[in-house]
Amino acid sequence: MTAVAAPAPVARGTGLVGTGALVRLALRRDRVMLPVWLGVQFLLAAGSASSVKGLYATDASREAFAATAGNNPATVAMYGPSTDLATLGGLATWKLGVYGAALLALMSIFTLVRHTRGDEEPGRLELVCAGVVGRYAALTAGVIVALAANLVAVPVVGVGLMSGGIAASGAFAFGFAVAAAGFVFTGIAAVTAQLTEASRAANGMAAATLAAAYLLRAVGDTTHQVSFLSWISPLGWTLQVRAFAAHPHFWVLGLALVATAVLLTTGYALSGHRDIGAGLVPPRPGPAVGGPLLRSPLALAWRLSRGLLLGWAVAFVAVSAALGSVAAGIADFASTAQVRDMITKLGGEQNLVDAYLSFAMSAAGILAAVYATQTVLRLRTEETSLRAEPLLATRVGRIRWAASHLAVAAVGVVGLLALGGVVAGLAHGLRTHDVGGQVPRLLAAGLVQAPAALLVAAIAMFLIGVLPRLSTAAWAVLGAFLLLGEFGGLFKLNQRVLDVSPFTHTPRLPGADVTATPIVALLLVAVVLTAAGLIGLRRRDIG
Amino acid sequence: MSDAISVTGLFKSFGRTKALDGLDLHVKTGEVHGFLGPNGAGKSTTIRILLGLLRADGGTASLLGGDPWRDATTLHRRLAYVPGDVNLWPTLTGGEVIDLLGRLRGGLDPKRRAELLDRFDLDPRKKGRSYSKGNRQKVALVAALASDVELLVLDEPTSGLDPLMEEVFRDCVAEERRGGRTVLLSSHILAEVEALCDRVSIIRGGRTVETGTLAELRHLTRTSVSAELAGPVDGVAAMPGVYDLVADGNRLTCEVDTARLDELLRRLTTVGVRSLTSQPPTLEQLFLRHYEADRPAVSA
Repeated sequence: MTAVAAPAPVARGTGLVGTGALVRLALRRDRVMLPVWLGVQFLLAAGSASSVKGLYATDASREAFAATAGNNPATVAMYGPSTDLATLGGLATWKLGVYGAALLALMSIFTLVRHTRGDEEPGRLELVCAGVVGRYAALTAGVIVALAANLVAVPVVGVGLMSGGIAASGAFAFGFAVAAAGFVFTGIAAVTAQLTEASRAANGMAAATLAAAYLLRAVGDTTHQVSFLSWISPLGWTLQVRAFAAHPHFWVLGLALVATAVLLTTGYALSGHRDIGAGLVPPRPGPAVGGPLLRSPLALAWRLSRGLLLGWAVAFVAVSAALGSVAAGIADFASTAQVRDMITKLGGEQNLVDAYLSFAMSAAGILAAVYATQTVLRLRTEETSLRAEPLLATRVGRIRWAASHLAVAAVGVVGLLALGGVVAGLAHGLRTHDVGGQVPRLLAAGLVQAPAALLVAAIAMFLIGVLPRLSTAAWAVLGAFLLLGEFGGLFKLNQRVLDVSPFTHTPRLPGADVTATPIVALLLVAVVLTAAGLIGLRRRDIG
Repeated sequence: MSDAISVTGLFKSFGRTKALDGLDLHVKTGEVHGFLGPNGAGKSTTIRILLGLLRADGGTASLLGGDPWRDATTLHRRLAYVPGDVNLWPTLTGGEVIDLLGRLRGGLDPKRRAELLDRFDLDPRKKGRSYSKGNRQKVALVAALASDVELLVLDEPTSGLDPLMEEVFRDCVAEERRGGRTVLLSSHILAEVEALCDRVSIIRGGRTVETGTLAELRHLTRTSVSAELAGPVDGVAAMPGVYDLVADGNRLTCEVDTARLDELLRRLTTVGVRSLTSQPPTLEQLFLRHYEADRPAVSA
């Protein structure tokens, strides 16, 4: 660029000055996180491939698996269409497709927001942008790092699959298919990072889009009438590439690239039209005095968390209504006589519908755990941002302060799960003309998820009290539970290892029998961990 | 009079970093006590220990007659705190924060609240994230000053305030003192300390290096002397307590320990003094002397 002193705003192109330095800064800050995200991808790919190779070595065994699990709507809703299960690669990547893509999507969201809005909110970016740094440099650096990480994921996943004996062409095609989801969500995060002033909200909106994408394809993949829904979901695209088919649909990758380009263009346009530090919605003045109820730490905790809870409530209603309303038609999914025969042997259509509803409710349980973790970890954010300090310098004790946030988390978990159960029950009951019967069944199925979600919240509290610097490891713990549940069986892990996850112990309602033991045990462990966390919090230094 | 704050031999380390190394601090009830020291000297650490946010590794600390760690919540009803780094909840307005903190302290006087908002010229309807640094500071100040408490703990409360607002702050603290309240004021603004404080403690490297009234501290330090003599004088450089001597013919300037001033003058009068100016140390010199860790001499 030449520095011609022209009055006209011909500074085009200078918006990217300094991008290189910011990319290096981002890589330096992500030198642990990105390798961890990619390492998990490698382990999942290599593990899936080698265990499938051992379990389903013959064509016959794979066809038998495809005929059963591949026609079970509950598993199809979880993992996607079962079109290529007869191939080794297709079988190895059946679970990996959705989850690998979702993990890369999360990696992309967190990476992009961290280096854009995450730096902008506390004012760090202001410091950077006052240097010789262009208007678009930070956004561009975030985009470059996120996209590059996804590109690295392609060989990581490909080599991982190949190490388990999968042919290179399919392995790399699959790598591109999962990375495509990471690309699209880089674009989505580039848009959400412009919308609000808070990086938390930017992450939340992008993650909600990811959940919606999962839901759209779960419904689309299991309901013929609305199968187009799978095609408007970026996660659906990953599966539609069909990396292990005779002729993979590589053109679907083009769809993802076009979507990424459109989203990034939108992000840049929005970014160019706003001030640094600002969102798109200008702040409005609020009340000059505190309302009469704003007089306790509980009131404050509620005030700080209610927006998040409301967002989750809307999501729960949408997910439950969608999954509940398609449940009754799920039996149509199994169309051949042979499969119907098998289903009858397995316990009949009722069992199939119940298995599907049970899948929906266990997904709700995991989402509730995500909400609980977010809410409890707010304690640590309040502490590190020094907002807890003036509060704890009043007559509010530490235990009362922490208990306020824990109460909001616990009530939210139970409320969300009850809401999800009732809405799913209503939706399913209306289609089967059995509202009176289904609502209580699914309410119970929802509420039975609560102990496991509360236990996850208790782990977060334990970390905050005892190992405060590792508080965010609560997310890693939740992620590990999720992966244990999804891949533990496939990797033939010892039952004792699987038992580590609280979700292993949750009764599969509706349809299964409920015993009190696991529920009481989960709650008991949650109480003990919470108590240990609170004791730790009372003893340690604040800040 | 009893001590509102009494700290003896306080120790605190964070990992391998030693933050407090035997610190002493005594604040009498009803006084405004200046708490001074360079950045990182341990002022905020001491305050956080007094608020029961940190636990001391050694030494004793008592606050309003209680144990700051054990009796934290009961003691906190009787004090108000303004942190040096005020962070507000982004979605709450300034007015809401003032009312919340006031109520959690045991209530605040609505008339005083309105008056303070007016004096500090603060718009209470803005959201936490849209306030500037100075305005965030004002929110915390109004919340603290509008509470009916015995002790105000102020950690660099005027950082970010404009000079006009600093003036308002000084008036407010003077009123608080007249009202019989005790104030612990950590500050770098020397004029503010000089105008407000009855006594000061200067700390460095986690230790108290000086404590007393400003007059006492001045006495302990050096005086600048500049003299025109009848003839050249010998041996001044060798005198104990004389620093930065510049002798230029009959003219002489130097710094002298106030306790040694007598001796120096006696020596000078032996030659004959034509003119003499002697200045007590300015507050700046006082601080510079203590802030500069390893320099034996103070440059004028």
